[in-house]
Order: sequence, then C-alpha cells, then structure tokens
Amino acid sequence: MTLDRILASMFPDGHDVKNDGGVLLGSGTLRSGDRALVIGVADRTALGVDEAIRLSGAVLGAIKRGSGPILVIVDSDSQRMSKRDELLGLNEFLAHLAKSLIHADIQGKPTIGLLYGHSAAGAFLATALATRVLVGLPSADPAVMDLPSMSKVTKLPIEVLEEKAKSTPVFAPGLQNLVQLGAVHVIWDDQVSLADQLEKLLRNMGDARDRRDALGKERGGRMKAADIAERVRELAMQTR
Amino acid sequence: MSVANLEKPSLEQARATSFYEASARARIRLLLDPGSFVEFIGPERREVSPHLKLFDLPEQFDDGIIIGRGQFAGSPVFIAAQEGRFMGGAFGEVHGAKLTGLLRAAKELKSIPVVILFDTGGVRLQEANAGELAIAEIMRAVIEARTAGVKVIGLIGGRSGCYGGGGLIAGCCSALAVSEQGRIAVSGPEVIETNRGVEEFDSRDRALVWRTMGGKHRRLIGGAELFADDTVQAFREAALELLETTAGFGIDTLNAEQSRLEDRLQRFGTCRDAVEIWAAERVADAASVPALPADQFIELADKVRRIARDAR
Repeated sequence: MTLDRILASMFPDGHDVKNDGGVLLGSGTLRSGDRALVIGVADRTALGVDEAIRLSGAVLGAIKRGSGPILVIVDSDSQRMSKRDELLGLNEFLAHLAKSLIHADIQGKPTIGLLYGHSAAGAFLATALATRVLVGLPSADPAVMDLPSMSKVTKLPIEVLEEKAKSTPVFAPGLQNLVQLGAVHVIWDDQVSLADQLEKLLRNMGDARDRRDALGKERGGRMKAADIAERVRELAMQTR
Repeated sequence: MSVANLEKPSLEQARATSFYEASARARIRLLLDPGSFVEFIGPERREVSPHLKLFDLPEQFDDGIIIGRGQFAGSPVFIAAQEGRFMGGAFGEVHGAKLTGLLRAAKELKSIPVVILFDTGGVRLQEANAGELAIAEIMRAVIEARTAGVKVIGLIGGRSGCYGGGGLIAGCCSALAVSEQGRIAVSGPEVIETNRGVEEFDSRDRALVWRTMGGKHRRLIGGAELFADDTVQAFREAALELLETTAGFGIDTLNAEQSRLEDRLQRFGTCRDAVEIWAAERVADAASVPALPADQFIELADKVRRIARDAR
C-alpha cells in the first residue's frame, strides 16, 4: 500500500503530513475530531542523525502542545551506516527518539506504530518498536537481519537458513514472524477504511504497559521471555 | 592481626586488575562490596537459550548475562553483566528477558539503582527477532524505571564494546562511564565496511576505530559522562560518582537532550574525523589525544567539556 493511499484512508477528514527526503512530519484529523501527530520514515530511507533529530523534535513539540495520540509510520532502511553518523553519536540520537516516544506514551499521549514497508535494526528500535502498539499492514516487510548477512555470520548457506526458518519464527525476516513473537500486535486489512480500524484501536488501547512478551507467549513465538522476566522480577522484589 | 587487615591489600590488588580482561563474573565480584552478590536465575538453573541448538551451537547455562543484587559502598544495587566472550555478549531471548525482569522490579521498588555492565555486539543473529524485541523491551523498561525515579548506570569497557541495540540501551541510561577500550556505536566497523565499502570505513584501521567509537571520543563529545581507566577500581569509583550525581528523568531532561544533540550537529556536523572535532573543541594538541594516559586525558577532558548531568 502506498503512503498516499494510507494517509488518505487513515485521515479522510484531512492531514498535512509532508514527506521531506524520507522524513514524515505533520498531523491528521481523527474521527473524534482530535488531531494526531504523525511522524515517520518513508521511501525506505536510512535513519541517521539528521533524520532522527527532526523526528524527536516533533515528538517533544507535541508533548508541549498537549494531548492526542502519536502515529509513527514506517518504511525505512536500517540505521544509516556511515562514519559521520557514528562519529556524531548515532546511538544517542536513536535512543533519544525512542525515549521521547516512550515518555510521550507514559505521559498520556498514546503511541501507535504503523509498519507499511521495510524496517531493520537500529531504525526499527528507534521508531516502530518504541511505540505501545505496533500495527502491520499486509505490505510490511520487516527484517531485523537479512538472510544474506545472517548467512555470512553464521557461515550457513541461505537455503539451510530458509529451511530452518520453517520451524521457528525466531530469526527469519517477515511480518508474520514478528506477529508470532509479539512485536507486531495486529495486522490491519488494507481493503477497508484505516480510519475505522484506527478509531477502534484508539478505543481499546489499554494501559501504557509493555505486554509484548506475554503476547509472544500466547502466540507461541517466544515461549521463555515472559516467564524468565517474571521470575527475575519476583526474585528481585524480595530485595530489601 | 585482624581478618580485615589481611583482606584489604588483596582486595585492592584484585580491583587493580584490568576490567577489559576480567570475566563478567569477576567484574561483578570485584566491583561490589565483598561477598554481597546474590545471583538471580544463576547457571545452576540452566536456563539456556532454546534456539542455539537449532544451529548446533554450544549453550551457556547463564545465556551470557549475570544478574542479581548486591551492595555498593553499603547500599543495595541491582547489577547485570554481559559476558562478551559468549556469542559476543549478544542479546537473545533469555539473555534479554533476565535484564528486563530486573528493570521491572527496580521500577516497582523505586529506590534501588541498577548498574549494567555492557559487553555486547548487539542482537544475537541466530535469534535475531527475539533479540531485537528483547532490546526494545529493555529500552522501554529502562525508561519506565527512570520515570519512577530509578537511576540506571551503564559501565562500558569490555572486549565486545557496546554495539548495535546495546548502544541504544546505553543511550537510554541515566549516565555512562567508559574506558578507552569501551567502544560505543550502532553500526560496527565491519558492518559499515561491508555495506558502504572500505573507502567509507576501513575496519582494520584500529586507530580509526578507537578515535571514532572509543571511550575518549565519547567522553569528549558528551556521549559518556565519565572516562575510566581500565581497572575494576576505576569503574567502581566512576559508578559511585555517577550514582551520587545523576539527575532524574522527565520532559526537561528530554528537552535538554534535544538541545544538546542539536548543538552537537550544528558544531561538528561537517567534521570528517574525530581529530577535527577535538580541535573544534579547542583541544590544544588534538592529534595527541589517542596516546594520552588515562589520568592526563581525564584532566584534559574536564577542562574541555563540562558534562551536562541533566541532558540524557
């Protein structure tokens, strides 16, 4: 699904989202009449220091202006892999963007990620994975790590990796694998109004808690994470 | 002669050992007050990764991370240490969930700080999706704990550095101490070279790696609050100082960080090398920085840049 069609279907009452070199900034009118901040990355753009600082600035500006949800729309590459970005401290810029989104969510501006294309590695962590609820569109094609790179590191042929991927969602690229792990909460139907689906989601956001490990267990994709985290939490709570 | 007198010199000697060379267990044992460490889900529980056997890879009974509680100069702390010698300290499902659970407890208790000894290449590729998600959950848990008033301190000085998602978690901490060996970055040297070519980054040029990602550069641009010499004792002192001086977390912190990073981009955005940045920071003999011993570097850094303690 193209970005223009997504925005038109999600905001039939209008939006002013601009795509500036792959950086999405603007807002849209919700069914309720409220405005939602829209930020994101388009056209499979890599997320570097210059892009990240604009996105975090928009999130912090929206916090200052008051309530309303934040939508994070993503079709990105991985983080920008360059000497300049690392020299300038890319880890801080990406962490700062994630922190701003998480803070907004905790403070009552619910965050929703919408993954409609690609995303990977540090860019994925700083955007879509830093939201409370992550929605996938059928066109989404996330890859934490691509199979050719995995093949290089694991020294296993791609065919062997593809065969192994059939038995587990834990390493291979693809939207369905991330649904099973609990990273993607829900897949929307791109044949019906996205505004309706967004409105329904906003009514059922629940509290600002990270339930992804529990989801991963329910869906059979991550059988240990939730239990291990809970056992550690209980042991640690006995500390005086 | 009392027992204390017998023990004291040996503890001092032990703490003078290299942080870089020490195992994760040795780092915890020497960093904390003697005998105070209690591990949660230790190796005797054999909670190994459920995914490595698919790749015929050896497992480790603690999945490469040690977590628990202890005393730090008489006060309780939670502590986590990654073992960089197992799978490059990389985050997998079990490894990550242990740290998430620790941070969630800290958030509820509110008063006990968390010290994380990073030593990681990032996501464990054999369980890439689970590892990536674990990092996202840890970042969320760090911010929730900090919002509840918990201090989360990161110490970086291990052989695997602090790369990939580890660099993002470090960026979420309240404050960091780093040694020269403790590189902090998102993309590692080999990753940049593979994707962009050797002209962009020559991963075999060790001097380039150190001055672009190493502890001295991170300290000089404000990416880490303190620079520590490569001994357990130096890291202990740095952690104690950070626990005392670190501020809280809220919208003011984030606004200050936005300004701090915008300022950095504006001042250094066109620099092509770390030495150019240091010269722009008015370091008199910028080219000599990599060779400076720790004590002289700390003196220089303190003169050059006063670190904002409320902008991370």
